[in-house]
Amino acid sequence: MWNELRSAGVIAALALCAGARAEDARRSGFDDMGPGTQAMQREDSSNPGMLSALEGESLWSAPAGPAQTSCASCHGEASASMKGVAARYPAFDTASQRPLDLAGRISQCRDQRQQAGPLPRESRELVALTTYVGLQSRGQPIAPPEDARLTPFRDAGKALYSQRMGQLNFSCAQCHDENAGGHLGAALIPQAHPTGYPLYRLEWQATGSLQRRLRNCMIGTRAEPFTYGGLEYIELELFLMQRAAGMAIETPAVRP
Amino acid sequence: MNGGLMRSATTRRNALALGLGALTITLTRPARATPEIMEQAIKAFTGGKRVQEGRVTFDISLLVENGNSVPFSVLVESPMTKADHVTRIGIFNEKNPLPDVAIFTLTPRCGRASVASRMRLNDTQFITAIAELSDGSYWSAVSEVIVTLPACVED
Amino acid sequence: MARALINVPAKAKRGEIIEIKTLMAHPMETGFRTGVDGKLVPRDIITQFVCTYNGEVVFSAELFPAITANPFLAFTTIATESGALVFSWTDNHGQTQVQTAPIHVE
Repeated sequence: MWNELRSAGVIAALALCAGARAEDARRSGFDDMGPGTQAMQREDSSNPGMLSALEGESLWSAPAGPAQTSCASCHGEASASMKGVAARYPAFDTASQRPLDLAGRISQCRDQRQQAGPLPRESRELVALTTYVGLQSRGQPIAPPEDARLTPFRDAGKALYSQRMGQLNFSCAQCHDENAGGHLGAALIPQAHPTGYPLYRLEWQATGSLQRRLRNCMIGTRAEPFTYGGLEYIELELFLMQRAAGMAIETPAVRP
Repeated sequence: MNGGLMRSATTRRNALALGLGALTITLTRPARATPEIMEQAIKAFTGGKRVQEGRVTFDISLLVENGNSVPFSVLVESPMTKADHVTRIGIFNEKNPLPDVAIFTLTPRCGRASVASRMRLNDTQFITAIAELSDGSYWSAVSEVIVTLPACVED
Repeated sequence: MARALINVPAKAKRGEIIEIKTLMAHPMETGFRTGVDGKLVPRDIITQFVCTYNGEVVFSAELFPAITANPFLAFTTIATESGALVFSWTDNHGQTQVQTAPIHVE
């Protein structure tokens, strides 16, 4: 009797596992990397993306602007105030009536609150601060805000994701949905979940943003890339973050 | 979407990616090291002494995803005492522009003859690790590394 | 501003072999690449790394352009006494960056 019960339990547990797998077939790019690249990300002391986080940590408390205020002057310890923040971006900005990504928010804060001028997109400083803020959400599930004002932008991002572009006439979906797990040359095609940005890409030999990665994809399809900071990138990010909702933040990830 | 059409499109893309890769190499690579030039660099390191195989464990991936950063580690069997220790470890390649990668200088205070770093490799090739011991002997290990191109490279 | 990430165990037992890991922010520009203007980008690499333990050199390295950007180096040393590990990275222009990590030996 006990044995039978136990077997039934085991079967039920197996069914549950199978159910969970069927429900969520999403994979982080981490899962598909070689063991050498995975090891680089797994330990902070061997992750070159942590150099960017380290620089961001210094910038967090570096005074700037006429009032010589720093991020820390208002936000205090990032480990407390910024925990979970990256998991909720892009978010809607009431003043400009459009969504802002995390880097855009940091730059806006720097410009309007510190009055130190915006940080240029993809500048080392902006990438470093974004990485440091992103690190405070590492391990947290991606949790896009339920804000109806974001819906039209997210829908626009979804449409962009399936829109063919460039001389090769490819959409994001053709590679990253229909052919994910396949290969492009020798490289495995990932499912394109933006779980670890800003991340250290071995190809860049540097830490960079999701927009820089999307730009690489567009150049790959021989499309004219959008302007850095442009609304199209933020719309795409809104859709991609929704698509990756619940997956854990890895910032700063390492990718080939 | 027709499966056959997709496959042919992907193949065309591959051809383009590979073609561009080859073009980049011809345009930007100056003179390369050769196995002969590597031999000369090794001779400079050993002073022309005989290099024996063994004692050296050279750990490096056979297949790497990006030649910009290839992790490797070297472990040499040695008691690392004042009387008997590894003095230097040299890493050499045969196809990068220069044959030398790094030369590590160790002391008995290391406790273990163990180093790790990351190297750039511009092509599939053989890499040689050579340990110089305090008794003046040289020991080596050789590894082949296959370098693949990443997708969507920076313009 | 801190430019290097150093991993040294804060505490160690006397005689224990400890692993040290270092990452230094540096482009390791090879001098073999051409820029957008078609000219060679000048070489800018770390050529020399030295680690001293209470003043005595325990490990050093000569690096070439084949070492990855943001160079990573891992090696070992015997924990002999409490004190300081000093790391220095020197580039091909002769500029040296130094960072120190304390160690407590029991």
